[in-house]
Amino acid sequence: MLTRRFFLKSSGLALVSFGVAPRALVRALHAAERGRRRKTLVVVFQRGACDGLNTVVPYGESSYRKLRPTIAIPAPRGGGRDAALDLDGRFGLHPALEPLLPLFRDGSLAAVHAVGSPDATRSHFDAQDFMESGTPGVKSTEDGWMNRHLQCASQSSATPFRAVSLTPTLPRSLAGRAPAVAMADIGRFDLRPAGGAAVARGFEDMYAGAVRDVLHGTGQETFEAIEFLKKTRPGRYAPSPGASYPRGRYGDSLKQVAQLLKADVGVEMAFTEVGGWDHHAAEGGVQGQLAVRLRELGQALAAFHRDLGQRMEDVVLVTLTEFGRTVRENGNRGTDHGRASVSFVMGGGVRGGKVHGRWPGLSPDRLYEGRDLAITTDFRDLLGEILVRHLGARDLGKVFPGHEGSPSRFPGVIRA
Amino acid sequence: MNGRYGRAAALIASLGLVVPGGMAASSPARSSPDEDARIVHALNRLGYGPRPGEVEKVRAVGLERWIQLQLHPARIGDGALEARLAGYRTLSLSVGELMKGYEVPREVKREIQKKRAEMGEDASEEEVARARREFMQEYAGSMQQMRGRPRQVVEELQAAKVVRAVYSERQLDEVLVDFWMNHFNVFAGKGPEKFLVGAYEREVVRPRAWGRFEDLLKATARSPAMLFYLDNWLSADPDAEPARMARRGGGFRRGGRRLPPGQGQGRKRGLNENYAREVMELHTLGVDGGYTQKDVTEVARCFTGWTIRGLRQDEPEFVFDARIHDRRDKRVLGHPIEGGGQGEGERVLHILATHPSTARFISTKLARRFVADEPPAAVVDRAAHTFRETDGDIRAVVTAILTSPEFLASGSRSVKVKTPLEFVASAVRASGARVTDARALARRIGEMGMPLYMQQPPTGYKDTSEAWVSTSGLLARLNLALDLAGGRVRGVEVDAAGLAPGARDVAAMAAALSARLLPAGLSEPTRRTLQRESGLDAARVAGLLLGSPEFQRR
Repeated sequence: MLTRRFFLKSSGLALVSFGVAPRALVRALHAAERGRRRKTLVVVFQRGACDGLNTVVPYGESSYRKLRPTIAIPAPRGGGRDAALDLDGRFGLHPALEPLLPLFRDGSLAAVHAVGSPDATRSHFDAQDFMESGTPGVKSTEDGWMNRHLQCASQSSATPFRAVSLTPTLPRSLAGRAPAVAMADIGRFDLRPAGGAAVARGFEDMYAGAVRDVLHGTGQETFEAIEFLKKTRPGRYAPSPGASYPRGRYGDSLKQVAQLLKADVGVEMAFTEVGGWDHHAAEGGVQGQLAVRLRELGQALAAFHRDLGQRMEDVVLVTLTEFGRTVRENGNRGTDHGRASVSFVMGGGVRGGKVHGRWPGLSPDRLYEGRDLAITTDFRDLLGEILVRHLGARDLGKVFPGHEGSPSRFPGVIRA
Repeated sequence: MNGRYGRAAALIASLGLVVPGGMAASSPARSSPDEDARIVHALNRLGYGPRPGEVEKVRAVGLERWIQLQLHPARIGDGALEARLAGYRTLSLSVGELMKGYEVPREVKREIQKKRAEMGEDASEEEVARARREFMQEYAGSMQQMRGRPRQVVEELQAAKVVRAVYSERQLDEVLVDFWMNHFNVFAGKGPEKFLVGAYEREVVRPRAWGRFEDLLKATARSPAMLFYLDNWLSADPDAEPARMARRGGGFRRGGRRLPPGQGQGRKRGLNENYAREVMELHTLGVDGGYTQKDVTEVARCFTGWTIRGLRQDEPEFVFDARIHDRRDKRVLGHPIEGGGQGEGERVLHILATHPSTARFISTKLARRFVADEPPAAVVDRAAHTFRETDGDIRAVVTAILTSPEFLASGSRSVKVKTPLEFVASAVRASGARVTDARALARRIGEMGMPLYMQQPPTGYKDTSEAWVSTSGLLARLNLALDLAGGRVRGVEVDAAGLAPGARDVAAMAAALSARLLPAGLSEPTRRTLQRESGLDAARVAGLLLGSPEFQRR
């Protein structure tokens, strides 16, 4: 019924003059769209294998302190900044994640510990690939799990912004048949100004006319995206009061996700990534490289939550990393490649204020291959739960082929 | 220009070819619209699109003769290309030389990480610059042995690929080498792979691109690049005794963090099925080629002990390490294989290379590259038949495809969407641009989603339209079109006005530019768009043409 173009022009920000369509229709469209309460999933991929044990710290485990003589985070002591921030009497947040503590306490943030992939590779390359394809151990999978979800749950009112990645190229997670937009920076998603407006119009006409061409739809979507983004230039975007994103690429990308969500452009899945977690040396404890990365991540997530305010009710954000790190620190105040790590889940329907997942323990007999935190939650069960209970997915078998996605395996992080 | 035509004429003379009307440049042969369309098609499929004057050149030689010439690249002089590549000095270095000269010393790497952590995220650009200067002074000694940064190695490889695509006279040779590099994909981003890829292309793939498929397959199987990328170098008999394992120190540096992930201390070695699976699924039989998980495991056992000596130390090379080889008997695709060392892997590769599924899989993929996303069954049948009859003679198979009536048929024209590499190379060629430094062009190809040598999954890049149609990709193409025509790509000089010399009005200019850039003709919407142009701005019109839907096709 409604074309994408029509839909786009009629929704969102002050999306301008509309020509001939009656105002009542515009309002009706707005209402219909709002009424549907589009749910959104935001994926944060921490590339490089984040040390889950120094992120959500099992401070009660004696093995933890023993195996990490120089990089262990001290057990909480009265909320001091040089120790873990207590979550539940067993686990504490790395002090650099302080901005997340209020969110955990008010129930909008949860952690899931000992998450990972059943494939035992310790290669970043393979493990990221498996986590993004959603098919551990199967290398030939061509599309990503996020894209397969979009393929299964097709929408007549889908916009070009239904799946957006704030990265220079489309990540493996979003690769596949369903349309998805990659934009390193929405402020630069535009044609070169040197061409002038007439050139843009020229291109638009050429692609609009190429009706039997596969490029026709893409051309149309591209110009719609450009046109829309012209109204939301980042320079003009003011996050909600109190939402203070950290400087740098990562804060910017999450800020841009918030910007798109607040503009109601139909985002169902958004992808961001943040690198620099591969701390073989100088990982540090309370201070150090990991602390720097966590500070940025925590600030960004907290700012995003504050920025979206009420809208956060319709959003779930999940962090993923390809694997965790060795329980024992190495000779360079760092850690080597391990197995399980931790995920954060934040948003409206989240059963927050809790560290989910079965804790496998750190005593020598409980470690995987005698060295790593064992996996008790398959990442596909965590994502599967979010897809089913938040996005309303019906066919997990298509999203994670070869994996039995039964609710009994869900970690229980989303309210059913 | 004279030089090039002079060489072409000399070459044609040396081949004993009769050139109607003499020199190509001076006197084009008779042209007919359909013949020219066929020529444009061939230039788009056997190579990276026409350059100014090239349609006339091929017409002068004769299309069939030109195709035959491209099928025998050794007969085509390509001396000028070497001069264009000379500036990229890492290209001719051995793997060992690259590792010595372009790998950041370990201790320096660690210090850089530490420094970055100390400075934090809020450091201003000046602070970072000052820290960098201080750092360089402090570690001048350790850094002195470095000839360049590791990134330079990949950047130059990428640039060289673009230069070859743009300038090589052996266009089909470049297309075929690219095809095999993609078929036998490796990923330069995986640890030391970036130092191995150049030699892999130069010494393993390129010399065998036109030979027997089995030889090419075997050479890739033994290459350090493939052994490392698909982890076979780590694969060992799980029952190999620890004592046997421990002796296997040989060429490996153990315990240091330079070892690839998964090879840390205290980890039991075992069978790695990675290569075994991909060699059947991606390199030979195809995913439906009739093998089972049991075959994967058996093939993996056959390849235990196929490993690398000297990785990270000197010149890495293939070595068979009998100490970690699984010596028991195996059974692969129904063939019993007696435990017998290195010969087992060789035997497996022979079985795979001569399997009928392989003939069909390779033929289909080649036909997809040259003819259509869904190639006509007749072409695939003919190619697969040739593959089987000639024992996998690649030149014969490619010849069968390129001389099939379906290849030149009008229905095959412009049905392929260009990959980013094809788009960028063809735009540079069409505009007659002069490339002095191809690195910026290579970066643009990366921004379009095809970072060269950087495709992580072993599947390589896709060769079908839908893989290359995306909003970000299209926008990147439109911007490249505008920047290229406007002379705003670093290292590339273009004279858009020179493409339409002497044009006095917009219509004449648009007509001249269209003929140059889109010799196959314009679509109606594009023609109408150009009609609306009012200023005599050649760069603008050229930008529109290079960004048009029809230029995205080949």
